[in-house]
Amino acid sequence: MKVGVCVDLNFEIIQKAFPLLLQGAGITIQITALSVGLGLLIGMIVGVARLASIKIVKYLANIYVDFIRGTPLLVQIFLVYFALPILTGSRIDPFIAAIAACSINSGAYIAEIFRGGIQSIDIGQTEAGRSLGLSWYQTMRYVIMPQAFKRIIPPLGNEFIAMLKDSSLVSVIGFEELTRRGQLIIARTYASFEIWLAVAFIYLIMTFTISRFVAYLERRYQTK
Amino acid sequence: MIKISNLHKSFGTLEVLQGIDLEIAEREVVVIIGPSGSGKSTLLRCINYLEEPTSGTISVDGIELSGEANINAIRREVGMVFQRFNLFPHMTVLENLLLAPMKVRNLTKAEAEKNALALLIKVGLESKANAYPEQLSGGQQQRVAIARALAMKPKALLFDEPTSALDPEMIKEVLDVMKDLAQEGMTMVVVTHEMGFAREVGDRVIFVDGGKIVEQGAPEAIFSRAKEERTKSFLSKIL
Repeated sequence: MKVGVCVDLNFEIIQKAFPLLLQGAGITIQITALSVGLGLLIGMIVGVARLASIKIVKYLANIYVDFIRGTPLLVQIFLVYFALPILTGSRIDPFIAAIAACSINSGAYIAEIFRGGIQSIDIGQTEAGRSLGLSWYQTMRYVIMPQAFKRIIPPLGNEFIAMLKDSSLVSVIGFEELTRRGQLIIARTYASFEIWLAVAFIYLIMTFTISRFVAYLERRYQTK
Repeated sequence: MIKISNLHKSFGTLEVLQGIDLEIAEREVVVIIGPSGSGKSTLLRCINYLEEPTSGTISVDGIELSGEANINAIRREVGMVFQRFNLFPHMTVLENLLLAPMKVRNLTKAEAEKNALALLIKVGLESKANAYPEQLSGGQQQRVAIARALAMKPKALLFDEPTSALDPEMIKEVLDVMKDLAQEGMTMVVVTHEMGFAREVGDRVIFVDGGKIVEQGAPEAIFSRAKEERTKSFLSKIL
């Protein structure tokens, strides 16, 4: 009788599955990039709105951020994919649902990043801009945002990495990104160990690359 | 040129300005002195609406302050120089001087640059046009800040303790630039602790304490023959 576990890694299966998994990884990157891209737009607007002096704007922004940060992404995906069609009466394409859920989610976290970044800029900068006759928008656009942006590169990088990993959740609505691809291959081959190992490895390569890239950006912008 | 009447400003329950009436003529150099917490900086900041007055009226060059559009119109005409310089650190010296004239006055880059370089020569920093603010000394930064305010061709300049954040050996270079401006006829309101400057350059000295104007007059009259007890006591501590 054998003690312990002995696993024979079947490299042939990994080799065969690899191109399919890489395709899935490409889709994962697509979802992540699109979601964080849209999330940046949402986050910039909401982040500024949270600092607005108009109360209603501020409250709406607060409700959005609190709701998204207080509920699991998985539930948000279900809400968009299953609950929304009941309201609207038409089915949603899984791709659209995935992007919508992830970017709305990312937007809330990025809004907080922007808020922190903007608040970290000395109030004297705003006063200098306004006292020169620049409008509020011009002061934001030319004085505050360029400075805030440099400071929020590291947390934005972290958000990108978090979203890359969390995007695996959209596999539950059948959207074929990397994790879902893995599941489908396992259903066919029963090679759980090899495939999940390969999937994990591919995620690791992606996140590692991004974190190196962010570190590079950080260094580059710090010299100025 | 600047007319302030019955200006009140409260922060919460603290009434910082308790009814200020003040008129400043064109080409006049007014120096505001007073102990810290007396409201002198707040008074200055109310003039271009960085602080919103609780009540009272302020008019600059005939335009009365009210509403956001109006505020921008006034800020274009009234420049401000801050204690902590507040240069834009992500821009070169030249870019600091170009931003507002191009975005607010809609000057072309060539026009704005010509104007900016002339101003840098005036403050003696033409060689630093392409440097970043952090590469400059405090005195140089403040001279750039003055040039930046001048680039908008303002009708009046406000100075909020412009030399208080400087090392002693750099104070003179900034005061010299301010003196030149005064001689050219710029309307200036200066909050400062530099009594030498007040005496030499000021047309009028205003002593503020407890949110009120306690006493005002020609520098000689205030410094040598102050009437009010509070003025005398303040001056005896700093002179």
